[in-house]
Amino acid sequence: MAIGGSGVIVAIVLIFFYLMYEVIPLFQSPAVDPVAVYSIPGDGHTLLYAVDEQAEIAVRYTDSGEVFFFDTKTGKLILQNSLGLPADVRISSLAPSDPQTGIIGFGLSDGSVRLVRHRFIVSFPNDIRKIVPKLEVILEGQDLRIFDERVPVQKLAVQSSKKSTTLVGWSQDRPISLIRFEQEEDFLSDQVTLKRSVNQIKILLEKIGYLALDKDQQVIYAADYQGILLRYTIDRRGTVQFDQQVQIVKAGETLTSLAFLSGSLSLLVGASNGAISQWFIVTDHENRRALTRIREFHSQQAPIISIVPEFSRKGFFAADASGNVGIYHATAHRTLLVRQVSASGLNSLAISPRADAFVTESLSGKTHFWLVENDHPEVSWSSLWERVWYENYPEPAYVWQSSAATNDFEPKLSLMPLSFGTLKAAVYAMLVATPLAIFGAVYTGYFMASRLRQVVKPAIEVMEALPTVILGFLAGLWLAPTLELYLPGVLIALVLLPLGFLSFAYLWQFIPALIRVKVPDGWIPVILLPVVGFLGWLSFALSVPVEQLLFDGDIRDWLTNDLGISFDQRNSIVVGLAMGFAVIPTIFSITEDAVFSVPKHLTVGSLALGATTWQTMTRVVLLTASPGIFSALMIGLGRAVGETMIVLMATGNTAIMDFSILQGMRTLSANIAVEMPESEVASTHYRVLFLAALVLFLFTFIVNTLAEIVRHRLRRRYSSL
Amino acid sequence: MNGLRSSDWFRSGAPWIWLSAAAVSLSIFTVSSLIILLAVRGFGHFWPDVVVEINQGNRHILGEIRQVESISASRLKGLGVGLPAGEKMIERHLIKTGNRDITGSDFGWFYQVGKIQVPADVYVLERLEWGNFYGFLNAVNGRQGSDISQILQDQLARIHLVQSEIKRIEKIEIGAVNFHLEELRLKARRLELNGHLSAADQAVLDAERSRLGKQYQFLQRKLKEHYDKISHGTVSMTTGDQTGVEIPLYKIVRAYQPNQFSTLDRLLFYFEKIWEFVADEPREANTEGGIFPAIFGTVLMVLIMSVLVTPMGVVAAVYLREYANQSFFTRLIRIAVNNLAGVPSIVYGIFGLGFFVYFLGGGIDQLFYPESLPSPVFGTPGLLWASVTLAILTLPVVIVATEEGLARIPRSIREGSLALGATKAETLWRTVIPMASPAIMTGMILAISRAAGEVAPLMLVGVVKLAPSLPLDANFPFLHLERKFMHMGFHIFDVGFQSPNIEAARPLVYATALLLVIVIIILNLTAIAVRNHLRERFRALEN
Repeated sequence: MAIGGSGVIVAIVLIFFYLMYEVIPLFQSPAVDPVAVYSIPGDGHTLLYAVDEQAEIAVRYTDSGEVFFFDTKTGKLILQNSLGLPADVRISSLAPSDPQTGIIGFGLSDGSVRLVRHRFIVSFPNDIRKIVPKLEVILEGQDLRIFDERVPVQKLAVQSSKKSTTLVGWSQDRPISLIRFEQEEDFLSDQVTLKRSVNQIKILLEKIGYLALDKDQQVIYAADYQGILLRYTIDRRGTVQFDQQVQIVKAGETLTSLAFLSGSLSLLVGASNGAISQWFIVTDHENRRALTRIREFHSQQAPIISIVPEFSRKGFFAADASGNVGIYHATAHRTLLVRQVSASGLNSLAISPRADAFVTESLSGKTHFWLVENDHPEVSWSSLWERVWYENYPEPAYVWQSSAATNDFEPKLSLMPLSFGTLKAAVYAMLVATPLAIFGAVYTGYFMASRLRQVVKPAIEVMEALPTVILGFLAGLWLAPTLELYLPGVLIALVLLPLGFLSFAYLWQFIPALIRVKVPDGWIPVILLPVVGFLGWLSFALSVPVEQLLFDGDIRDWLTNDLGISFDQRNSIVVGLAMGFAVIPTIFSITEDAVFSVPKHLTVGSLALGATTWQTMTRVVLLTASPGIFSALMIGLGRAVGETMIVLMATGNTAIMDFSILQGMRTLSANIAVEMPESEVASTHYRVLFLAALVLFLFTFIVNTLAEIVRHRLRRRYSSL
Repeated sequence: MNGLRSSDWFRSGAPWIWLSAAAVSLSIFTVSSLIILLAVRGFGHFWPDVVVEINQGNRHILGEIRQVESISASRLKGLGVGLPAGEKMIERHLIKTGNRDITGSDFGWFYQVGKIQVPADVYVLERLEWGNFYGFLNAVNGRQGSDISQILQDQLARIHLVQSEIKRIEKIEIGAVNFHLEELRLKARRLELNGHLSAADQAVLDAERSRLGKQYQFLQRKLKEHYDKISHGTVSMTTGDQTGVEIPLYKIVRAYQPNQFSTLDRLLFYFEKIWEFVADEPREANTEGGIFPAIFGTVLMVLIMSVLVTPMGVVAAVYLREYANQSFFTRLIRIAVNNLAGVPSIVYGIFGLGFFVYFLGGGIDQLFYPESLPSPVFGTPGLLWASVTLAILTLPVVIVATEEGLARIPRSIREGSLALGATKAETLWRTVIPMASPAIMTGMILAISRAAGEVAPLMLVGVVKLAPSLPLDANFPFLHLERKFMHMGFHIFDVGFQSPNIEAARPLVYATALLLVIVIIILNLTAIAVRNHLRERFRALEN
């Protein structure tokens, strides 16, 4: 039997711990694991590493134009290849394009560029995975000269998409040169030809240290080592325009690394003091665009020698000169981990496409291969609960937007708008429910005739049992359109109902006593029923004439155009009424119990001392019953916060933060109901939804336990009465 | 006593008493009007409306008037409706015009309707697809004449007979063949996984498979014959605009002339529609037809749930009331019960999905159903997990009701039993629990009522908008706990909010909501009655 009793505790503890179990991985630091260290595979000086999807094979490019594919776990060479450069040509610069493409540009000493792409072809012969590396030359045979003379391409930036390829190069004492190849399809023959165009950009800098081109091939950044950065835009016709000059590192520091975050909207700037800052273009309210410093990381101390973005998330890895590798997430503003890989300093860093492994080379001539387990970098306290400045946003904001149509989309998982919506819905519901339920319960418990009480109490119980799906359905499909049509009626009812009741009550005394005594005080609600009906009807009947008179026939038009208030059909009034209706019986029942169980001798004593019934009510009964009323309100609040179906059906479910009574909201619970079925198991989104459930659980747990404890305490205090 | 002066009146507190009485009236008024609204809309759905004809310009529109309202002209400004100048209020009619295949929509708002005619011989055809058709009958199978109405009804009766045979073959016979084929596949896979798939086994399996294959082909041929019987035959109709339309007979569910109905006809039709609603399967993305699978699913889920929750709840209540001394531990249990009652239902849903479905269900699949992986058996939302989740959700209801019942049993009875030499357990089982059984019953009824109306957690743990098969059928083991099921509450949400044709679906949603509310009110009133009866009885015992 004890086991059966503790079953309940087990259930509640199990729910709590299971929710925690799903949530905790969100906040765990990533784990890194040094798998292998070996001598650098192949010879020559390393320019760049890259790793395949499965982190089984990596590729190493050297300054002599050799390309080595090797096994990441052993360093054993798998394939050796070369860029096939002529004997008298050296590599003078290097430009990886967007990492998802695997395309790398090499600027050569003869003024031209060599474009290659490494590919890892996966096949499953006999159900066993086999990866075959391959090196391809891109745009072979095309005129890839950046400069007509034989001057070395000292800095280079490359981006290539299906439609076009752009090369941007710089050489000392020359303007920046821009070459673009665009695919043109012949309408008649469907033949594809490449159109080559050339452009020159005069620059103000004496020497360029870094050159970058975004993925869409529209923005060029050029920076010198002191951190002066110039921004140029290439418009659709190919003309280049200077936009902005900005200092991107602190005075006294030098710029040591420049890279794009995935999606290439953000620039990551590494400085000689180990600081990394994120910059992106912000369009302000006057439509001015400026590259703006968004956030900064100060987790590493030595000069940042390489910043490598993750392929699909907004995270990045950074290697510094003292041999540390840091793992960061930009949007979450989170330094996940900094770990020393080699005491001798690092030279090059590459990560696998899934960001679950990295390859780095130390200055002591070793190649290191590490595995990384980093499943949920995008979640942090600040990304969940504080304003976050997302790319393309004019300012930091609370946003919940968990999925979108495009792949480049970054999920925005702020729980603030949802929590706000939850509280907003609960507040409006409580505004409706509290007065009605408490007044009603006070009357029922103290004044009402017992025969009437025997009808009213079951009626309220039935009200409590009404499925919320039905309330939500009526609210969404009947109440919302009706209220939209009779919006002024609601305002009228708000004034007319109390006034009408009071006037009726006042006039009631003048009714001949003969009739009046037939309705004792305990039966008032019955004679008020037709009054409710009449006043309700009157409010709505007046709605249309009042609207014609005051708002020219369309109050919504007036709200939107004259007051600038936007109006949703499924707004907070609808939710407040529907959910208020759902919460009334909860509050009512508990309050009524508390009022009814106030000992009779207290009230009788008070009346005997000459207090009026209402004075007895407020000074004796309510005071004695206050713990019960408090716990009723708490439990009602808990119910309003957790209610799902009503808000799901009676609001538009848009995650906005706006207290306007004429707009909807999205609540934590409705959000779970909508998004959970589509969420991928164990993904960040899945766990954040569990976190939302945990928040709800904890909120109701605290509220309910508080209600129980307060009731217990105060009950003991008043039991002496 | 004549009226007080207003200031005295206010001081007396009377206004407050009136206001608090008004709060009661308002609450009661709202509940009753809500139920009346549901009843009117829900019951009204089945009533055969008169089909009217209105003229708009040179168009003649047939349909049923659904709603008439006056609306202020300025609200309509943006709609691009040609309106007479100077008028402030405009009357408009919402008419169900049907004929979606021709006009593209079922419903339309019509302004300045003018004269409304009631053509006597208009036909309403309920169809398998494209919703209702309103029009005039021209010919059946090319035949014209005065007796075509009768011919049409005869033809339809014949076709419906064949169609029910087709349905039987498809659902039951072919269903069984498919079920056995799938079982064979799983058996082969299981043997293969265990490494026991010998050539002999393979031969047996192949033989069985080919036998089923033959049976399947035989059934297919039979089906084709039946389909051939009904595929020909059309009825030619004209719309209000005199457009001719040919409609295949087998696509017609029902053909009737509402404007010629007598009151008795109307009543018969009404009850026929109600029967269709509770006993038939849904059509046209759930917007037409019945809700039988949803009723069935709800009932089955609730039954399984009560089997699970009642023992758990009773044991916990008995422990709390009969065994535990009121210690810190029992207070902890009480806090847990209160909290369990207060946890939002969606949290149960997400817990059920994560813990029961993915964790337990996934584990069960690994252990017992390796042959069907990667497609899950219990590792996906289904009837069992929905019932278990709701059992936890309704546990506090049963505990609280049972405890109350136990508390009402007078001490004297327990003491009498003990005095006669019964042990504590005997007292409990022979005396206390039988006496508390109505209270347990109350708890169970309340739990059922709660579970029948709960939707949010079910959306995560097993309810679907359209289940291909019922969870109970003639194939072993008959009760398929792993299957997904339909539920009335979810049906309301889904049809009311996710349906492409919301206007057409609305009446059906009202009807479903009404049915659910009736069930729940009956359950609750029963529970209240049982409880009151119980209180009376124990009051009598105590005296």
